[in-house]
Amino acid sequence: MQLTQKRNIAGAIAMASCSLINPSAQATDLNDIVKSDDWKVDAAIMYYGEQDRVQAAEVIGNVQKSFGDSSLLDMKLVVDSLTGASASGAVAQDSSQTFTRPSGNGEYTVNAGETPLDDTFHDTRVQLSANWMEVLNPDWTLNVGLNGSTEFDYLSLGLNAGLERSFNKNNTIVALSGAFTQDTIDAVGGRPVALSEMALRSQYDTEAAFQAAFDDTRQAGTDDKQTIDLMLGVTQNINRYWLMQANYGISNVSGYMTDPYKVLSQVDNSGTTQTYLYENRPEDRLKHSVFVMAKGALDSGVVDFSYRYSTDDWDISSHTLETHYRYYLSPSIYAQIHLRYYQQQAANFYQPFLLADEPLPEFASADYRIGDMTAYTVGLKFGQRLSGGHELSYRLEYYQQNPENNGTELVGQLSQFEQFPAVKAIVAQVSYSF
Amino acid sequence: MKNNLIRFNIKAGLAIVILTGLSACSTLGVEPWEKDQLARADMALDSEKLDMALDDHIYFSKEGTSGGRSLAGGGCGCN
Repeated sequence: MQLTQKRNIAGAIAMASCSLINPSAQATDLNDIVKSDDWKVDAAIMYYGEQDRVQAAEVIGNVQKSFGDSSLLDMKLVVDSLTGASASGAVAQDSSQTFTRPSGNGEYTVNAGETPLDDTFHDTRVQLSANWMEVLNPDWTLNVGLNGSTEFDYLSLGLNAGLERSFNKNNTIVALSGAFTQDTIDAVGGRPVALSEMALRSQYDTEAAFQAAFDDTRQAGTDDKQTIDLMLGVTQNINRYWLMQANYGISNVSGYMTDPYKVLSQVDNSGTTQTYLYENRPEDRLKHSVFVMAKGALDSGVVDFSYRYSTDDWDISSHTLETHYRYYLSPSIYAQIHLRYYQQQAANFYQPFLLADEPLPEFASADYRIGDMTAYTVGLKFGQRLSGGHELSYRLEYYQQNPENNGTELVGQLSQFEQFPAVKAIVAQVSYSF
Repeated sequence: MKNNLIRFNIKAGLAIVILTGLSACSTLGVEPWEKDQLARADMALDSEKLDMALDDHIYFSKEGTSGGRSLAGGGCGCN
């Protein structure tokens, strides 16, 4: 009670001082002033589980604190934990296959006919970000931010800034933003030498001989990667119910983009694996994206539709279609459907395997994530508005990736097995806002 | 010479498209007192920012392209 009185007094003083500067502020409701200095907290816990593969749990918290009408601090903390198996890039074979773990300590074996999955992954990531928004005047708004993310083998540090200008009675907003990110990769076991052969314990008589061979495939120290992003966006109110957003983004990445844990099988003409080679990707990538979205306020809900086209100089291009439709079952309860379709064209150096009698290319990766692929998501969300402006929501989604052959002829025994298996995942999430 | 002409035509075409777009924008929109629906909390572009952040992280980790809606940045060594 005491607290409420103090806040009301603070609000009254704030309103009085505002009225000295701007007489029109007298119309402002006292409660609005108190409310504008409040904290807003959004928190969620999410489970992501792939069938027989990666399992991840993620906790996310976002805190917003406004300072008067012109400043807003936004802070986010994400902690996630990942475990399970991930496709190594090797092909399925008619006999079991044994691989050296990325650390060089130990091996794992994959049964005949199965897609090789590396089950080594256990990692915890912590990400922190802070953004400051300042309304400079009725037309201009400035955003600046910092973010950092760390996990066992990866560190990412970034800066971003953006400027927004509103026109046309605030019906048109043009935003220009940029970011710089510096990533450091400290691969477990060291970064593999590009396209070097995986040393296998069974090929060596002694542990020392194997270790020496393994070390020959590794480079000492860390490597890094720099990303510069620029984005130009326009948000336009169309009429009383609809708005549109259009963004153009360009991103230049330079540095280490190889996945140090991915390999390619090198096979003979019968499709039988001779050896495994560590992948190698180019050190420069220039990406462009165009994103358009329409969002509409309906009497009983909200709907949005978006399309994104993305292309880059690795020749990966993609089309993404997405929609959310929310329907209010009552003033305080809503149900929402989420649909997403994604289609991707492979990178020019993607190859599901290498042929032993052909010369090695400069770059090669069998990572299905940069191969031809379609994917879709179907999701359902229920939300409940509680008293005091709190909201509780539940989300359940199904995500399926269907990797496809990029036109490579599957020689010999390779055609007997599913070399491009679907990846099926469930996302379950509970969120609370107050 | 021909190339210069083509370049000039492309630039002129782009300028016309942009100017037409901007002048079209100035006729779109509503008066300040008609913004009740657009001002609804569920109409904010970041009304589900946690869902979007979580989705972006999943798709960033599992697909070859990312971003578009907002700045993509660097990120993580995701598997």
